[in-house]
Amino acid sequence: MKKLFDQERVVGAALMVFSITALVILLLIMLFILDGGLPLFNKVSVSDFLLGDKWVPAKGLFGASQFIVAALLVTFGAILLSVPLGISCAVFLAEIAPGWAKRIVRPAIELLAGIPSIIYGVFALIIIVSLVRVTFNVATGETILAASIVLAIMILPIIISISQDSIESVPRLYKEGSYALGATDWQTIHRVLVPAAGPGIVAGIILAMGRAIGETMAVVLVIGNVEKMPAGLLDPGETLTSAILLEMGEAVVKSTHYNALFCLGLVPFILVLFMSVLSSRLTTKNKARFA
Amino acid sequence: MLSKNADRLAKIWLWLSALVIILVLLSVLGYVFINGIGAISVSFLLDMPQNNWREGGIYPAIVGSLIVVFVALAFAAPVGVGTAMYLTEFRTEGLVTRIIRTSSDALNAVPSIVFGLFGLSLFVFYLGDYTGGPSLLSAGLTLGFMILPTIIRTSEVAMRNVPYAERMESFGMGASKLQTIRNIVLPGAVPGIATGLILSIGRAVGETAPIIFMVALNPTIPKSLFGSGNTLTTQLYYLSMEGISMKVAFGTALTLMLVILTLNAITRVFKKRLSRNLRRC
Repeated sequence: MKKLFDQERVVGAALMVFSITALVILLLIMLFILDGGLPLFNKVSVSDFLLGDKWVPAKGLFGASQFIVAALLVTFGAILLSVPLGISCAVFLAEIAPGWAKRIVRPAIELLAGIPSIIYGVFALIIIVSLVRVTFNVATGETILAASIVLAIMILPIIISISQDSIESVPRLYKEGSYALGATDWQTIHRVLVPAAGPGIVAGIILAMGRAIGETMAVVLVIGNVEKMPAGLLDPGETLTSAILLEMGEAVVKSTHYNALFCLGLVPFILVLFMSVLSSRLTTKNKARFA
Repeated sequence: MLSKNADRLAKIWLWLSALVIILVLLSVLGYVFINGIGAISVSFLLDMPQNNWREGGIYPAIVGSLIVVFVALAFAAPVGVGTAMYLTEFRTEGLVTRIIRTSSDALNAVPSIVFGLFGLSLFVFYLGDYTGGPSLLSAGLTLGFMILPTIIRTSEVAMRNVPYAERMESFGMGASKLQTIRNIVLPGAVPGIATGLILSIGRAVGETAPIIFMVALNPTIPKSLFGSGNTLTTQLYYLSMEGISMKVAFGTALTLMLVILTLNAITRVFKKRLSRNLRRC
């Protein structure tokens, strides 16, 4: 009996080592990104980096504001496009879809989530870029808008699945109460169910924003990669992530340029971690509300 | 009467939204199929590239993708399943489980290009002497870090879905905790764990940004884990970004897409079996 107990402790200890791996990796990532990035601020001030709009590595100018603005614009556009569609589809799945329709739409959404970002990029590179060029009659379709459209497609599955979950977790009583008052399906949906599921839906949107800011491959292929402050959605631009991807090859290791690229990575990294925490807070709070 | 009409209109809009999503999926799939089907053949899959990828096949990229996915799983599967087992079987909910779960969630949120920067500095610059620098091993381990949260989460759900009563029955018959895990928890959780692993394979095979700084674009068969190589995704990026050969690019895209579709179909089968199991108990 005594021996078995020991075996159990050994296995437990080994598994504990396994289970702190995720934490260790996370800390290592923070350490290495900070270690790679922070030396930049010996040469360039934080405000010059965040607010400057001249990015000329050869001259030691590292103003990243145009990348930050482009990343925010792209994300904003993607959210604007995908939220109405995503929530509608979630409501459809949660409330009105008959069994056969669910059996088609759900697998389709899973598949959308599973398609590699580089394939979306190749698709967008030709289809979406031409669509934007013809529709808006601009010289090149490689714009912020094209990147927003492809990102909107990529984040739809996140928004749909999280919204659907939170709509389905609204207590039955809410719905029955609404029907008992004579409300139609639609009135119940938009006056009762969606507002009640609100915090959960917002959590999903925040998570999707994080995904959009961090996405690289699909964006770099369609955004035009012009290092200039974008004036609107129909301008080309370059995001934080695409700048890293495009310039890492030419940056000398440990040079100021190299440090600056790590700092570009630091921006979405911090934003995304913040959003992830916020999103999971909201989800927990939402669940507690109905429990 | 007005509310009835609004109701009807709203329902039409909801149906349309679902239809739009199906159409988007079909157009992405259709686009890749139509453009790629002409390029793909047995020799395309098994031949070496020629003339700087303009002709020939994509064999080295296929081998490279297989190797990095294998390395990623070899790292992440034991660690991920072990973590899930620790969380469900060895720990009651508390500070420790919360810390582990939060760090796993945070790791899941890290942008893929940040994994790329991390892999580059850790495996290439700091541990380059041990990993062979920008090698398939470095790329595979970076992908392993990236898929770890998925494996933890899916395995944890799978183990929690094994009914508590079955564990109690096992304990009641005098089985130890380890025997219970081996005979009750693991067999019950296998379909769920397998689904999670396949999901992670799909993610690892499709990722580009984390490994883009660690692959070489040389069309040679990787000699060992420490050698450099190329994968389907990085090759696809290179071919389409530089506009070298859209024909080969689409062939590569279709190959990748077929891999993803196959993995997706396999998870579907597992999920069916899973729901049947759940109904039984």
